[in-house]
Amino acid sequence: MATTYFTEDHEWIRVEGGIATVGITDYAQEQLGDLVFVELPESGKTVSKGDPAVVVESVKAASDVYAPVDGEITAVNDALSSDPSLVNSSPTGDGWLWKMKLADEAQLEGLMDEAGYNAMIG
Amino acid sequence: MTDRQAIFADRHIGPGPADMRAMLAALGVPSLETLISQAVPQSIRLDRPLDLPAPAGEAEALAELAEKMNRNKVLKSFIGAGYHGVHVPPVIQRNLFENPAWYTAYTPYQSEISQGRLEMLFNFQTLVSELTGLPVASASLLDEATAVAEAVGIAWRHHRSKRNDIVLAGELHAQTLDVVKTRAEPLGMNIGVDEIGAETAAVIVPWPDTHGVYGNPKDIIAKAKDAGAIVIFVADPLALTLTEAPASLGADIAVGSMQRYGVPMGYGGPHAAYCAVSDALMRLMPGRLVGQSTDAHGRPGYRLALQTREQHIRRDKATSNICTAQALLANMATAYAIWHGPEGLQAIARRVNGLASRLAAGLGIDAPLFDTVTVSVPGKAKTIAAKAQEAGLLLRVIDEDRIGVTFDETSTEADLQTIAGLFGVAAAAEAKSTLPGKPRGKTFMTQPVFHENRSETEMMRFLRRLADKDLALDRAMIPLGSCTMKLNAAAEMMPVSWPQVADLHPFAPASHSAGYTAMTDELEGWLAEITGFDAVSLQPNAGSQGEYAGLLAIRRFHLERGDANRTVCLIPSSAHGTNPASAAMAGMDVVVVKCTDDGDIDVEDLKAKAAQFSDRLAALMITYPSTHGVFEEAVRDICKAVHEHDGQVYLDGANLNALVGLARPGDLGADVCHMNLHKTFCIPHGGGGPGVGPIGVKAHLAPFLPGHVDIGSAHAVAAAPFGSASILPITWMYIRMMGGAGLKRATETAILSANYVAERLKAHYPVLYKGRNGRVAHECILDTRVLKDSAGIGVEDIAKRLIDYGFHAPTMSWPVAGTLMVEPTESEPKRELDRFCAAMIGIAEEAAKVADATWPKDDNPLVNAPHTAMETMADAWTHPYSRQVAAFPQGDGNFAGKYWPPVSRVDNVGGDRNLVCACPPVEALAS
Repeated sequence: MATTYFTEDHEWIRVEGGIATVGITDYAQEQLGDLVFVELPESGKTVSKGDPAVVVESVKAASDVYAPVDGEITAVNDALSSDPSLVNSSPTGDGWLWKMKLADEAQLEGLMDEAGYNAMIG
Repeated sequence: MTDRQAIFADRHIGPGPADMRAMLAALGVPSLETLISQAVPQSIRLDRPLDLPAPAGEAEALAELAEKMNRNKVLKSFIGAGYHGVHVPPVIQRNLFENPAWYTAYTPYQSEISQGRLEMLFNFQTLVSELTGLPVASASLLDEATAVAEAVGIAWRHHRSKRNDIVLAGELHAQTLDVVKTRAEPLGMNIGVDEIGAETAAVIVPWPDTHGVYGNPKDIIAKAKDAGAIVIFVADPLALTLTEAPASLGADIAVGSMQRYGVPMGYGGPHAAYCAVSDALMRLMPGRLVGQSTDAHGRPGYRLALQTREQHIRRDKATSNICTAQALLANMATAYAIWHGPEGLQAIARRVNGLASRLAAGLGIDAPLFDTVTVSVPGKAKTIAAKAQEAGLLLRVIDEDRIGVTFDETSTEADLQTIAGLFGVAAAAEAKSTLPGKPRGKTFMTQPVFHENRSETEMMRFLRRLADKDLALDRAMIPLGSCTMKLNAAAEMMPVSWPQVADLHPFAPASHSAGYTAMTDELEGWLAEITGFDAVSLQPNAGSQGEYAGLLAIRRFHLERGDANRTVCLIPSSAHGTNPASAAMAGMDVVVVKCTDDGDIDVEDLKAKAAQFSDRLAALMITYPSTHGVFEEAVRDICKAVHEHDGQVYLDGANLNALVGLARPGDLGADVCHMNLHKTFCIPHGGGGPGVGPIGVKAHLAPFLPGHVDIGSAHAVAAAPFGSASILPITWMYIRMMGGAGLKRATETAILSANYVAERLKAHYPVLYKGRNGRVAHECILDTRVLKDSAGIGVEDIAKRLIDYGFHAPTMSWPVAGTLMVEPTESEPKRELDRFCAAMIGIAEEAAKVADATWPKDDNPLVNAPHTAMETMADAWTHPYSRQVAAFPQGDGNFAGKYWPPVSRVDNVGGDRNLVCACPPVEALAS
């Protein structure tokens, strides 16, 4: 059973069996506008909570997407290299950014659930 | 002052006396002095007139400058070392170089009104891509030395700043090596490491080296590839017309100077450098890149692509701090290549190589070379060079024992015979190719543009056709905030073309540049007086380079005092992106200082951060007046707070046009300041370069100004000692003709014009960030978000609709997203200001019709702007507004005449998702 968490930086984290899939929310893609490039990390890289992991670029802005928790990146969404618009069209589906093995599941406790996130963005 | 002397300032300043009275009346102030006292705080005012020579009239100033520059001794140069004699094709000199339609244009951010120069820059990229074999070429860099430094930066970032060693596979030009070392030092890189290994970021292959010799880099390139290092070629682009493309030899990056493609030496600049990279390095490339996209009707349209690499978006994480390219010079070089075509360029190259090979053969030298022969003359170098000078020729004295001879397209058979005679030999009768590797053949530059403009009639019309697509200052006001698009007067421009200005080699003997020295000495003194500093360096060849040079001076000052820890650079959140980008390149750690809601620096936050980093504080970077166009009254306190913690204050002079004659950065407490001669001091923007960014410093920083190997020092930031020397006379002429009082009046008028525009438009668009008395400085920010709220009309719609009204948009979404920043400058006459205000009011009225649903939100003249002639004349017209509203929104009341954009709105997203940055060769088009 997957559980989905949200961060104040407009990321979603779907956790299933100790592996988290990370992406940006629909609200975030709306704010960024049409994405033209996604700079993905190398698989196998270890990241700490708050590290910039991915850069998403629109024509006029480049924004860091931060690692929401500590862990090791196990996969990246290579489809975004040829089609970054997937993040716009399907932010929580085909537009996922990376998967990571969680170092400490306890870190998830500080994150929001969907209702909490929706309340935050109003 | 005689009437004749007064003439220039009166012509430079747009509004006449009656206009000024009307503008003051609109503001409800009795005099200019009253307005200035409201706008500019008394606490910063200069209490005396500037101490400058009384103004000269145009003829008088030209005569005075000619007398000076005639002291230059222009001999025929065989010095080489990166600078070559050229024949500027007259058709290019007259129709491009000396044509205000080309040189008064701004950087092509607004693509729809910039298609002409974008097309030419796209051709430049295609040319570079063809010569180097690398797929992605930028729209030029500042000079060869900084281009090599930028290439090293690409390699360093490619290795995520983890590899710090650079290996040299041959000797670079001395000035290039010095600039590369200057850039590498703050980043902790090591230049000239012997062995290739796991720490090697890049290997630099000079092609050929500074002595004209091609090494055999095969093994070293193979080793570099094994080690994962980047291979950088520094290649002569004329030689490349005859030799293999660097890409096929293994280059990942190729850079070099395009000067010898028909741009005069000009005592060192300005010229365009080229930079091309492999696909893998595309996003690490610095500087501007033109991409081909499509417009709203599916026709091809050019635009600046991948701007997220650049400092104005990425700030301290940008690929470089550079903003300006060398658009005008890149366009000249491209026009030269189009004029000659590939076979013409090859003929020039073969002739140059023939002369060099015949000298080499006569001397018994057998080495792979292109245009340069280095001759061993033990103990006799100076004697031979002196004899050459008697014959009117300048040779390169490398040391006591070696002389370099470099041929170019201006070299003659007689020159060859004379030079051979100086060495006591006869030149060989027959030329033979002495170039390395496989010959190039004819399969390059096959694109039609390089083949279809060979008659002068066609070339003249080609240049006119491109110029006609663009909107430059020769057609209309360009009200770009922070860019100071003022008049570039003809009298200021004329000296740039004089042979005694244009044809001097930067490393000519000092006694040959006496005219330049007299001019630069005087100019440095004037700029020091205007800014309140003790010393000035004219070397930085762009504003960004001035920033960098200023921060390096601060860095070296701290290091000299044993303060190696002082690396924190405080930068207000409102700063231009170049500031943090420059600080990062100078090895500093950026700490952001908050701004208050009214746009000023948060003084309490500044004091707290200065105290927090007291032991590590290197500098504060502050823009004055602020990027929001406000004279902050606390500026002296701000400087004092930084000095109390032994930090230095860097003042960004972007907004100097609000200060000249009224206040001086040096008096406010700044230790160093750069001035953009291409803004405040009349050097034209060239359609995206050249720029000139000198710095002024207080005496304690003077020892740390950039030096140059040619004068026996180091730490240069540009290739030539005086950077873009040949355009410095523009500023000399401006100051000489304005005098202190004229300059002050220009500043006052610029402030009047900005306040007049703000006053006229405030009922339609809120004016953000005013000073204490409700006045703005020399620019104003119009809050166009009101139209977004009421009608869904965004700032981009307004910017594009202004094109239909015949205007270049003001600065968009900077410093505040969703707003327009307007800087009219002193040069715009009142009726042009009124035409602009009428356009802005017209747009507000149009938006009202969208708000009240007269026009739908998705089909109205704003969202569909700009409208092309083709579209408005087409048989079919389906919009709910008339063709006249589309194209002639002011009826026939527009005295400036109609400007027709050549394309409708260009697709930015599509252009960045599918980057096309060079025209494919014809074979590819056919397949």
